[in-house]
Amino acid sequence: MLARLVSHDLPKSRWLAIALVAIVAALALTPFIFPGTKALNVAAKVIVFIVLAASFDLLLGYTGIVSFAHTMFFGIGAYGVAIAATRIGATWPALALGAICALAVSLVLSLVIGLFSLRVRAIFFAMITLAVASAFATLASQLSDFTGGEDGLTFKVPEALQPGTEYAAEPFLGASIDGRLVTYYLIFVVAVVLVLALLRIVNSPFGRVLQAIRENDFRAEAIGYRTVVYRTLASVASALFATVAGVLLALWLRYNGPDTTLSFEIMLDVLLIVVIGGMGTIYGAVVGSVLLVLAQNYLQDLMKLAAAAVQNVPVVSQIVSPDRWLLWLGILFVLSVYYFPAGVVGRLRSIGKRAPSR
Amino acid sequence: MTTTTPAAPASASATDAVPRRAFDIRPIVLVVAIALAAWPFVGSSSTWLTLTIAGLAMGMIVFIAASGLTLVFGLMDVLNFGHSLFIALGAFLATTVFAAMGGAASAPSIGANLGVVAVAVLAAMALAGTIGLGFERVIVRPVYGQHLKQILVTIGGAIIGEELIKVVWGPAQIPLPPPEALRGSILIGEASVEKLRLVAVVIGLVVLATLLWTLNRTKIGLLIRAGVQDREMVESLGYRIRRLFVGVFAAGSALAGLGGCLWGMNQQIVIPQIGGQVNVLLFIVLIIGGLGSTVGCLFGALLVGLVTNYVGFLAPKLAMFSSIGLMVAILLWRPRGLYPVVNR
Amino acid sequence: MTATPLLSLAGVHTHIGAYHILHGVDLDVAAGEVTMLLGRNGAGKTTTLRTIMGLWAASAGRVVFDGRQIGGRAATAAATARPAPAKSAAQSQLLTPAIADLGIAYVPENMGIFSDLTVAENMLLAARSARRLEQLDAARLDWLFGLFPALKKFWLYPAGKLSGGQKQMLAIARAIVEPRRLLLIDEPSKGLAPAIVQNLIAALRELKRTQTTILLVEQNFAVAQALGDRVAVMDDGRIVHRGAMAELAADEALQHRLLGLSLAAHQ
Repeated sequence: MLARLVSHDLPKSRWLAIALVAIVAALALTPFIFPGTKALNVAAKVIVFIVLAASFDLLLGYTGIVSFAHTMFFGIGAYGVAIAATRIGATWPALALGAICALAVSLVLSLVIGLFSLRVRAIFFAMITLAVASAFATLASQLSDFTGGEDGLTFKVPEALQPGTEYAAEPFLGASIDGRLVTYYLIFVVAVVLVLALLRIVNSPFGRVLQAIRENDFRAEAIGYRTVVYRTLASVASALFATVAGVLLALWLRYNGPDTTLSFEIMLDVLLIVVIGGMGTIYGAVVGSVLLVLAQNYLQDLMKLAAAAVQNVPVVSQIVSPDRWLLWLGILFVLSVYYFPAGVVGRLRSIGKRAPSR
Repeated sequence: MTTTTPAAPASASATDAVPRRAFDIRPIVLVVAIALAAWPFVGSSSTWLTLTIAGLAMGMIVFIAASGLTLVFGLMDVLNFGHSLFIALGAFLATTVFAAMGGAASAPSIGANLGVVAVAVLAAMALAGTIGLGFERVIVRPVYGQHLKQILVTIGGAIIGEELIKVVWGPAQIPLPPPEALRGSILIGEASVEKLRLVAVVIGLVVLATLLWTLNRTKIGLLIRAGVQDREMVESLGYRIRRLFVGVFAAGSALAGLGGCLWGMNQQIVIPQIGGQVNVLLFIVLIIGGLGSTVGCLFGALLVGLVTNYVGFLAPKLAMFSSIGLMVAILLWRPRGLYPVVNR
Repeated sequence: MTATPLLSLAGVHTHIGAYHILHGVDLDVAAGEVTMLLGRNGAGKTTTLRTIMGLWAASAGRVVFDGRQIGGRAATAAATARPAPAKSAAQSQLLTPAIADLGIAYVPENMGIFSDLTVAENMLLAARSARRLEQLDAARLDWLFGLFPALKKFWLYPAGKLSGGQKQMLAIARAIVEPRRLLLIDEPSKGLAPAIVQNLIAALRELKRTQTTILLVEQNFAVAQALGDRVAVMDDGRIVHRGAMAELAADEALQHRLLGLSLAAHQ
């Protein structure tokens, strides 16, 4: 039954399976195992990034399309909720309206981008999406009346989700049962559903055609698949999932601004996650997100320690400074592309394969 | 055997129905048309002139920065998303040079000031070119022919490079004030033109002339132009074009360094994100001009420069969109850019 | 005469990706002669030329030019060699520019004309020893203009604007702007009107008189017969017949069997 749940896309590696189970369990039980607001924030961010990265993997890993517009849809989802909550009010219908409008906008935009650009060479497409995403980010920060400009929008969520809403007077097993907890589990459940849905998509006949197109689009076309249609559908699906991820993030942060969702740094993060985690696996997005977000939040503390130790050595102290953690991530990224093209997941799977022959 | 010059065939005068090279001037007309069209909107002629010159200056600088990128892509089918790194290098090195030569920079003599600028420019080109060589060897060469990996790896290289820039120069922005005698503007007719911008334009024109001369009048230029069209055939004619590529990559990086230096001087401040800022602009210019075409790159850059300045004056909020809008409009007219390179 | 052939292929296999195109080609090209390479579409003729030129690496067998191995592997395995890993195949495989340096010129099926360059620039590029137009050998140019008058007329014209026949002439002229030891020409008559084909034959006949060694791929049997001294017929990646052109030209039944046509049908 578990196999059917993940659409028969099994981890195929003991280590990977263990890792995945551990991750899911840890995320499910974070409020109880890891006390404190920071831990909960990190966990929520991990969950959102898992959905964001997995949807990007659908596009990059399975269909072979490089698109820099992914964060644009992420932002649309977040802004949809933010604007609805700000203008209409912190009610469930408002949220629903915001989310639906965001999905509609994403649908149209991704369709237009897909149909317009997917007919051109991949390089063209990548560059065009970069330009469009950049323009969108600028637009968001300039339409301050609508989007709150550079400062973004802070808004309230429905009462059921507000941190102040207490459901139980006493904390249960170390976690206070309040609106925050409810929000967390809402995000968690939705994310699980979305990831399972992605697994279903990539393991369906549709998903197989995508992979065929990625391998050799000429041949796929020759066999009779209209590659433009499939690519556009993949592009739209990926955009919609990213939009929902944005909705989730906005619900959690109760804030959204251009830097929260639209910045190129986030696009890079997603790219890093998918490549380091393992392209074309969906599980890669899970593992990668955990690695990246944990590194972002906790590795920097480590680096601070190291920096303190080499404080007086001129260049080294700069290199180890926690602000430069992107440098190390960049190196890891480049090494991954060369030496671990299958990512962490691929590595784990190949270890698993060698084990039985011993 | 004596090699006498084969004269342009004597029959040329007789059969003057044979045109030489039919140059497509429509994009030039477009540039002029846009400039003229903006005039009534801007209103005042002096403002229009200032904006136009500013636009052309910006276009020239962007062209220099982008020329390397389009050549590299056209010649070797490598899309270097890390190109912005060399631009940033050039800009930051300029700040160091200006600071180091502070004495000459603050002297009121134009000669000394131009000397500072010259040193900055040459240093920027040398550094960027050298790093470009290393970049090609280490980052790009292992992934020839694999577009997806190229995009990923060059982005990675750019990230690493820009972080290293922050290590060396610090993460804050650094002002790049013009040298003493080059501050302020001069009046050309009714338009006020900043002196530094003028210097940038002059340098840009020199580079442009050199580039065009090299491409059109030397055998290496011939090889590059041919290689952009049909790499295989050039190899079949006996040329080791891969060696040429390394040279072009380094030259392209050097040009990017120069472009960065000029950009910094144009903006009068250098921020760490300078690479990313200019990158998007470069891509837009490349798409408008046609990937691989130097001339297209020039006119694309001029168009972007002009449009950005006009729109920046008329409707500042739309400035960023103006480039994208221009790109879309051009693609609708010519889906492969202004001067698409015909491959085979 | 049993002089050593200028070019010889022995047991050459070529794979393109997973496709096994050449299944052991044995071919000798004697110096000073025109050897025709005939065969149906897909027989592997173009692949053979490209393999000689090093554009595709032979996965097995040897390609020897003037006593020197330029392609293939040192020792060949069985005739059904699987695709060789790229690195080991390169051991005896010269790169294309190096092969061209030995004096081999290649005129591909698509002619390889640089359309944005002028006719003059195309010629200059092909002349390894000249850095500027003025340095081209005037006498040789005159001879070429004699063979291909259109070149003189359109000297400063962008090559892309030439007609199909003129482009073909340019492609051949380019290949011989300097003396070469071996010409590989792929289907020069393809897509050309019969009158132009006649011009082509005349030009190539002239060229023949200079004792240039030519390996000519053709599907047009009339052209083949007019120019060829020897002939080799390919089918399914192998040479299935080799001999003197005169023999094949005289034997209609053989023509029909090998090429599915007779000379009469093709005129």
